[in-house]
Amino acid sequence: MSNRSSLGAKLIAAPYIVWSALFIIAPLIFVVYYSFTTADGSFTFANMAELGKYAPTFLRSIWFGIVATLICLVIAFPLAYFISQKTDKVQRTLVLLVMLPMWMSFLIRTYSWMALLQDTGLINGFLSKFGIDPVHMINTPGAVILGMVYNFLPYMIMPIYSVMAKLDYSMVEACQDLGGNRLTVIRRCIIPMSMPGVVSGITMVFVPSVSTFYISQKLGGGSFDLIGDVIERQFQQSYNYNLGAAISLVLMVLILICMAVMNHFTEDEEGMII
Amino acid sequence: MKENVIIDLKNISVKFGDNQVLKDLNLYIRDKEFITFLGPSGCGKTTTLRIIAGFIEPDSGEVIFEGKKINGVPPHKRQVNTIFQRYALFPHLNVYENVAFGLRIKKVPEKQIKETVEEMLALVNLKGFNKRNINSLSGGQQQRVAIARALAVKPRVLLLDEPLGALDLKLRKDMQHELKNIQQRLGITFIYVTHDQEEALSMSDTVVVMDSGVIQQIGTPLDIYNEPKNAFVADFIGESNILDGVMLDDCLVEFSGARFECLDKGFAKNEAIDVVVRPEDVDVVESEKGMLKGEVTSVTFKGVHFEIIVDIGGFKWMIQTTDYHPVGSKIGLFIEPDAIHIMKKSEYSGIYGDYSSFSEEFDELSDPEEVEEE
Repeated sequence: MSNRSSLGAKLIAAPYIVWSALFIIAPLIFVVYYSFTTADGSFTFANMAELGKYAPTFLRSIWFGIVATLICLVIAFPLAYFISQKTDKVQRTLVLLVMLPMWMSFLIRTYSWMALLQDTGLINGFLSKFGIDPVHMINTPGAVILGMVYNFLPYMIMPIYSVMAKLDYSMVEACQDLGGNRLTVIRRCIIPMSMPGVVSGITMVFVPSVSTFYISQKLGGGSFDLIGDVIERQFQQSYNYNLGAAISLVLMVLILICMAVMNHFTEDEEGMII
Repeated sequence: MKENVIIDLKNISVKFGDNQVLKDLNLYIRDKEFITFLGPSGCGKTTTLRIIAGFIEPDSGEVIFEGKKINGVPPHKRQVNTIFQRYALFPHLNVYENVAFGLRIKKVPEKQIKETVEEMLALVNLKGFNKRNINSLSGGQQQRVAIARALAVKPRVLLLDEPLGALDLKLRKDMQHELKNIQQRLGITFIYVTHDQEEALSMSDTVVVMDSGVIQQIGTPLDIYNEPKNAFVADFIGESNILDGVMLDDCLVEFSGARFECLDKGFAKNEAIDVVVRPEDVDVVESEKGMLKGEVTSVTFKGVHFEIIVDIGGFKWMIQTTDYHPVGSKIGLFIEPDAIHIMKKSEYSGIYGDYSSFSEEFDELSDPEEVEEE
């Protein structure tokens, strides 16, 4: 009986196993293979050795990723709390509004920001009506980070909101009952109990922020190359698959290390709150 | 008359939308007393508790704590603590930190926190559970942590919202004893909410019976049981045969087509009243010697006694007796004057009927409306 049901379970899982073998595991093996081979297929460390010159780009990507993630967190946490306090109907509407930009193409959204931020763009046009000098916004690190925050904010709001929406309200009452004022309730009750949502929100924003391309090209004007752009160029323009794969591999490892550090940090923070 | 009053509720009314939850409720609670709000679901007992805790503001009326009006004072500034129905323990904290929670907010020195937490965990028999994860505890243990957590901050009044509802019968009985012991040992006021009449009778100093947002009766458990004020209280507390009757004179009542001596006085001549006779107060005698005669229609063995249903002139009486009487046998009932309790007619008169639709399941529901629908 148990054999049969496990066979059934295997059959159900089979498409997924095939899928992940074809589209996740096989590409990963290719990435590793290309990383350590030359164009003609012989083993080499040359690709890895070449990475040194991309170190500043790596650092910038991680730095921008961290800043964008922190800004998302600062915006998303109060917003998610605000949404979770509303009635069910209002909550549904607000969640829909949060998700709404994602119905549009990522490219269109980024182009729209270009139109807004340009020196002769909409915002500066608006400011000039009040006699304010144009502010240089596009092609700055700020514009790139803004693009990241704007595009990935919903990925921070949603996990935090879904944890908060499920919080047992009697916990909050218990906290008040034991002498907690509003600030204490948030600090000792809501924040620690929302931690699972915060951790997954950080992951879901940090990973795409670090590896993103295109945003930096369009909003950074090419002067703030991120590692995603470098990888894209290796594949699309230089046709240097081997170097591209090597950079991808290192990026993957770096992201894993960052996530491990962050998870450790959030656990520590939880410990501190206790 | 009002000595040692710690909480005084005056003319409290609460409406949730169109639903009048509490109607002009007046109640005072003495210091160090174990008082129970008893009633079916939706009677307003939990709302009253939450008003005292500060989670609900009454639409009108005054909440007075030790002579001071505390309307509008938020929960964290009130000297009362609550045991929540489903405990509401903090899942991200272990047992020790849950109990220490209120003390940490009050910024009590660490050494003193440790002492108090150890003392509280000992009080609820959870010594050595300090590091345990909340989710690894059984229902009964979680209940104990909740009690320790609330008591650690030394409240003047402890509010308990159906705290034993989620526990099994055996554990519930043990916890009833323990709660009563804790209350007596610490000498603080307990306000207890339950729909379980047995729990209310066995633990309380004072029972407040509520229905549809109105207090039906306030009294000691003995008063409530022996001298119910109306048909609702008589039906809700214990088993009772509630009959229409006429008060012929002082100490003389007529019901079921017969006249009985009783102990009640002060009614108008020929006043229509409700009569309560408890099933355990009736003596079963031979048919011809009985004051009332009838036929047994059902017998249930209950362990301590048999519960028999007797048809007397169409009205189904419930009688508890230690002797077995088979279905179909004719028996007589003998009722002593002190077994008869007379009540004024009320809005509840005639609602409760007899035991013709009686079954264990309906009894469990302990909700008169549910029974009525059948």
